[in-house]
Amino acid sequence: MARIIAGIGSSHVPAIGAALDNGKTEEPYWKRIFSGFEKSQQWMRETKPDVAIIVYNDHASAFSVEMIPTFALGCAAEFPPADEGWGPRPVPVVQGYPALASHIAQSVILDEFDLTICNKMEVDHGMTVPMNLLFGKVDKNGHWPCPVIPLAVNVVMYPPPTGHRCFMLGRAIRKAVESYPEDLKVVIFGTGGLSHQISGPRAGLINSKWDKNFLDNLSGNPQKLVKIPHIDYMREAGAEGIEMVMWLIMRGALDDKVDEVYRFYTVPASNTAVGHIILANRGRGGARKSPAKPKRAAGKLKRAAARTKVERIRG
Amino acid sequence: MAREQHDYDDIPGTFVFDAERSRQGYGINMFCMSLMKDENRKAFKANEAEYLKKFKLTPEQTDAVLKRDYNRMLELGGNIYFTAKLGATDGHSFQHLAALMTGSTQQDYAAMMLGGGRTVEGNRSRSGKNAASKFIGARAGKSVAGKRKAKSTPKSKSKTRSAKRK
Repeated sequence: MARIIAGIGSSHVPAIGAALDNGKTEEPYWKRIFSGFEKSQQWMRETKPDVAIIVYNDHASAFSVEMIPTFALGCAAEFPPADEGWGPRPVPVVQGYPALASHIAQSVILDEFDLTICNKMEVDHGMTVPMNLLFGKVDKNGHWPCPVIPLAVNVVMYPPPTGHRCFMLGRAIRKAVESYPEDLKVVIFGTGGLSHQISGPRAGLINSKWDKNFLDNLSGNPQKLVKIPHIDYMREAGAEGIEMVMWLIMRGALDDKVDEVYRFYTVPASNTAVGHIILANRGRGGARKSPAKPKRAAGKLKRAAARTKVERIRG
Repeated sequence: MAREQHDYDDIPGTFVFDAERSRQGYGINMFCMSLMKDENRKAFKANEAEYLKKFKLTPEQTDAVLKRDYNRMLELGGNIYFTAKLGATDGHSFQHLAALMTGSTQQDYAAMMLGGGRTVEGNRSRSGKNAASKFIGARAGKSVAGKRKAKSTPKSKSKTRSAKRK
């Protein structure tokens, strides 16, 4: 059967994509950010997921204000990068996994989560920037290492779904994945955040204490996070920081107890606090039949966890 | 009709893009969306007021767009991801817009971000009635933060979680 083996939280700052596309990764400002993802890319190469479910939000690219779906699942065979006003990002077209996507749609709708189904959808930096951060730079004519199922969440128009609702959707997605007969290793991304406000006179707000507390609890005590009301996100983490609720979909799809494999945090990237975390299910690796590989991966993960157990947070 | 009041209206310097603003600002946002196409950008630049007529903006909204009053656009229902497209049409970086909205120079704004951004202290509430979140952040982590400064062994830091001290 298919199994979710790990969750990844990552910011999706558009300027990170622009820095990558314009060859600025070696500049000190950007190197500080990209170097924080080197270990994660190594982890990703070793983990070799078969599919990634990526929870993200669209930024007036695929959806305008004509239709604002709360949860939209991409069931298409492919998702072209959107033209965000400067031409599409020079990244490959994202391949979907329609069979698993429609299985998830069917399962979670019957579990009372009324998804919107997208059989045609373009994807913007909200999805492709975290893919670059975790998979590395991929040439426009190359291939991403695995197919992706996009889950777009409305966090642009208030109110987005509550943190609790997001967490429970994660649970339902996990159930759906585990009822899929194909033997697949699945990872799930929660993207966005961390604290930032990019609108109005209060723009530039960053709250590192909040962010660190969020990451700590995401690992060890997510039940505390699901109770946070929207007003607290907006007040403490910025009007746009509310997109952190998307990380709770990822967390809801994981075991109650997880291993924190890696963490990275830095301020700023453009206007935003960059946060990143990898959380692994303890029973991971069960998706592959061959016993040797997962065992080695598990050992490596544990060693990596011991080495990096909490990358020091700045500020 | 006056705008319905919400708890988030108490957040200073913030115009929350809610369902009401989404309805009110439909024209502004669809206008901005149209700027994704080069031919539309050219048409807008050629005659701004004429181009805007297609989008049924109110006189206040039209005025805000023509004057590039970004805060007023947000107040009247514009959303930042949309209005940023207008900024891009003018050839401005996002940071230029952010500086404009905050009433500072781009240089000062950039320096503030490099210095860790705008602090939340003193920026939570207009009325001053609302203290820090009781869930996570400054208040929840206060005792932990205090201890951390006093302690000299950094290894023990990560083990103290505010969650456990409730």
